[in-house]
Amino acid sequence: MSDFVSDTWHYYVVGLVVLSLAFCLWILVSNMTKREKGPVTLHDHIWDETLQEYNHPLPRWWLYLFWLTLGFAVAYLVLYPGLGTRQGQLGWSGKSQYEAEVKAAEAQFKPIYAKYAKQDLAAVAADPEAQAMGQRLFLTYCAQCHGADAHGAKGFPNLADNDWLYGGDPATIKTTITGGRNGAMPAWGAVLGADGVKDAANYVRSLSGLANDSIRAQRGKELYAQNCIACHGLEGKGNQALGAPNLTDRIWLWGSSETSLIETISKGRQNQMPVFKDFLGEDKIHILSAYVLSLSKSQDKQQ
Amino acid sequence: MKLNHDVIEKSVPLLIVLTLLVVSVGGLVEIVPLFFQKSTTTPVEGVKPYDPVRLVGRDIYIREGCYNCHSQMIRPFRAETERYGHYSVAGESVYDHPFQWGSKRTGPDLARVGGRYSDVWHRAHLLNPRDVVPESNMPAFAWLDRPVKADDIQARMKALRVVGVPYTDAEIAASPEQIKGKTELDALIAYLQGLGTAIKNNN
Repeated sequence: MSDFVSDTWHYYVVGLVVLSLAFCLWILVSNMTKREKGPVTLHDHIWDETLQEYNHPLPRWWLYLFWLTLGFAVAYLVLYPGLGTRQGQLGWSGKSQYEAEVKAAEAQFKPIYAKYAKQDLAAVAADPEAQAMGQRLFLTYCAQCHGADAHGAKGFPNLADNDWLYGGDPATIKTTITGGRNGAMPAWGAVLGADGVKDAANYVRSLSGLANDSIRAQRGKELYAQNCIACHGLEGKGNQALGAPNLTDRIWLWGSSETSLIETISKGRQNQMPVFKDFLGEDKIHILSAYVLSLSKSQDKQQ
Repeated sequence: MKLNHDVIEKSVPLLIVLTLLVVSVGGLVEIVPLFFQKSTTTPVEGVKPYDPVRLVGRDIYIREGCYNCHSQMIRPFRAETERYGHYSVAGESVYDHPFQWGSKRTGPDLARVGGRYSDVWHRAHLLNPRDVVPESNMPAFAWLDRPVKADDIQARMKALRVVGVPYTDAEIAASPEQIKGKTELDALIAYLQGLGTAIKNNN
């Protein structure tokens, strides 16, 4: 770390440190007076008419502590970096300590990750130990958006059900975590107009059997056919290649009320799943993918 | 004259001078040389001065006291780099006046929060954190969805230039145009999304 712009700074630090130590040494030596026999003398400084101070020598135990700290300082400066750019006998640095810590952890955890990296995701998903690992990873890296129970929130998909925006097969889950996703629904407010948006919203509600205004839904159907089928499909089943949601089920990312739908259609929606490739690395993503897979697998059993 | 207890404690000016000498040693040895190190004074590759929007966001970050609960300093311990990403280095903060390293973490460290969450998440989270993280005890900053008030943006940039941030005249001249129409949320999110992105996260 000590990459000074000029060597002067090295000598500046060394000089000041050595000078300070020498100063402390001088203070100590010059105060080594022993207590003499007889009555204790007083300092000749008198405060408030009568207040005076005993001229005791420094207590021995305190003095020895001072010597100890001096010894510690010297030993420290020999062993560790401190004297300017001098590295110290131990060759210690914060960076090397960190790297050693990471290396030790890798030696401990790499074999565990390696064991699972060789298995396919379905097998890892069924392994209780991998499940526990996956859950801890999930709580650290994913829970902020998808929730501690993986049930998501408005705008953040529920991962514990069987509905998938981009597909729920093992490879796709892994792709999603690795590369992230960009969900983009364009804003249709300007194209459809306020009435058109409301019509479309009512038609979308009718697709999943929600209460709707049938006249508006009828008009909305035409608007849907003109504008929406490219992504959501003719029947409103969505398109996992684009991440366009299925509109015919009861699962809603941004809400199913007429108000929410009007907002979604008129303003569009933009959202991203961040890229985790570099941050988490292949091994952790493998475990996490398996964990996410297992969440919906357990859902299968319940149904 | 012997320079001892009796002399020093009876002369106030002498006592002041000697006290100042003693207490300045720590700063002279530990702080002053930092101003003359390459690693603390040259920016890491990719670190650029904050553009006007991010600068405004940073000022909001400071105004709202985010630093009271969030540090921006990932220490070189595995437990931290696993959660937050590569440890912080001095060259990342050369344009931060004042820096936001902090030492108290009621909330998580934010040194590399850039890109970790989507803009939509930040928007929901700042307005009411419990909408996305039910366990959160972060206060809601519900008033942030209002237009940025930064008529003095040019003065702010000029002040930063005095302390060494290399803003050009053209950048300062164009700054009011860039923040036009932005809300405080936009600015704060832009600031957060840029944090720590110069060093790639790789574990």
